[in-house]
Amino acid sequence: MTRVQILDLYFMEARAKLIDLAAFLDRLDRADGDPDFRSAAFNKALKELASTDAERAKNVLLALSDPTTEPVPAAAVKGATGAWAGAQK
Amino acid sequence: MRYIEPHGHMVSRTTDDYQDMVTAGCAAVCEPAFWAGFDRNSADGFYDYFCQLTEHEPKRAAKFGLPHFSWLCINPKESENVVLAAEVISIIPEFLKKPGVLGIGEIGLNKNSRNELKVLESHVDLAARHDQLILVHTPHLEDKLKGTRLILDLLKSDSRIKPERCIIDHVEEHTIGMVLDSGFWAGMTLYPESKCTSARAIDMLEKFGTDRIWMNSACDWGVSVPLAVPRAALEMRKREHPHSWIDRVIYQNPFSFLSQSPNFKLPPVQ
Repeated sequence: MTRVQILDLYFMEARAKLIDLAAFLDRLDRADGDPDFRSAAFNKALKELASTDAERAKNVLLALSDPTTEPVPAAAVKGATGAWAGAQK
Repeated sequence: MRYIEPHGHMVSRTTDDYQDMVTAGCAAVCEPAFWAGFDRNSADGFYDYFCQLTEHEPKRAAKFGLPHFSWLCINPKESENVVLAAEVISIIPEFLKKPGVLGIGEIGLNKNSRNELKVLESHVDLAARHDQLILVHTPHLEDKLKGTRLILDLLKSDSRIKPERCIIDHVEEHTIGMVLDSGFWAGMTLYPESKCTSARAIDMLEKFGTDRIWMNSACDWGVSVPLAVPRAALEMRKREHPHSWIDRVIYQNPFSFLSQSPNFKLPPVQ
């Protein structure tokens, strides 16, 4: 497909997501309290969007991932938060 | 259009979902054993669940003309309790004789703990001893990268395991390459929020090709869409992919992988 065809298919959807993202960051700024590790990871991942590397999706996922290689001693919880808490330690 | 839903937790779904899937062209549904949303307290609880997967649910699906198959295991979310896991694994062999059982799954990791790895190793050993196909769940979100690496290392270290008989499910852009490069099959799960969207799944198909890849809805009791696969097919058509390309991804590929099990038999098309 050409770039114009891709834009015809996905521009409006991507535009809406972009505005949602901006609104989320504004909402976060207006809120009280300290940001946690998720904010730091989010800001780190955001930088990947400005990259010219055609692997932005992969790099965003890597920025939010646990990069360690050893198993953890025990599973303390079942769920995932979407960002690696260890990045802030 | 025809498609196979290779990963759906149908015990959590309604009869309306069965009706919609069949109407959309679903030719078969495969149901891996799953976490119920709460921890079961005994191996007896799993025994009943395995009866539900291998006896009751196929009958429910048959009312809609849909062949139903299953995979058996104790899910990684319940693998921290290694004693219970060993008891559950010990009752699986008697169910492997049931006609619709395809293999061991969805095994894998959740939080990448030592106990989860021990239980995964036991499952892999069970599959190897009984010559079963393997369906692997990779962890969620921030745990997926590390978990996928640990899973691949474990599978590759067992010389009895043939990569072409294992599918590593829930791949995303940061894990699909390592899975395919190691010779395994890769599953892409279409979820509204986590895992991947139809658009991203098609991006991966365009980048990595259509060999050894399937897509699934993994519909369960959470936020998920039983018609995610046919909707992805619609998106493929919007991107001008030919019918043969779409059919390979949503029907022929799962058919090829699953046909490695002698229990995967579909009725002839009328």
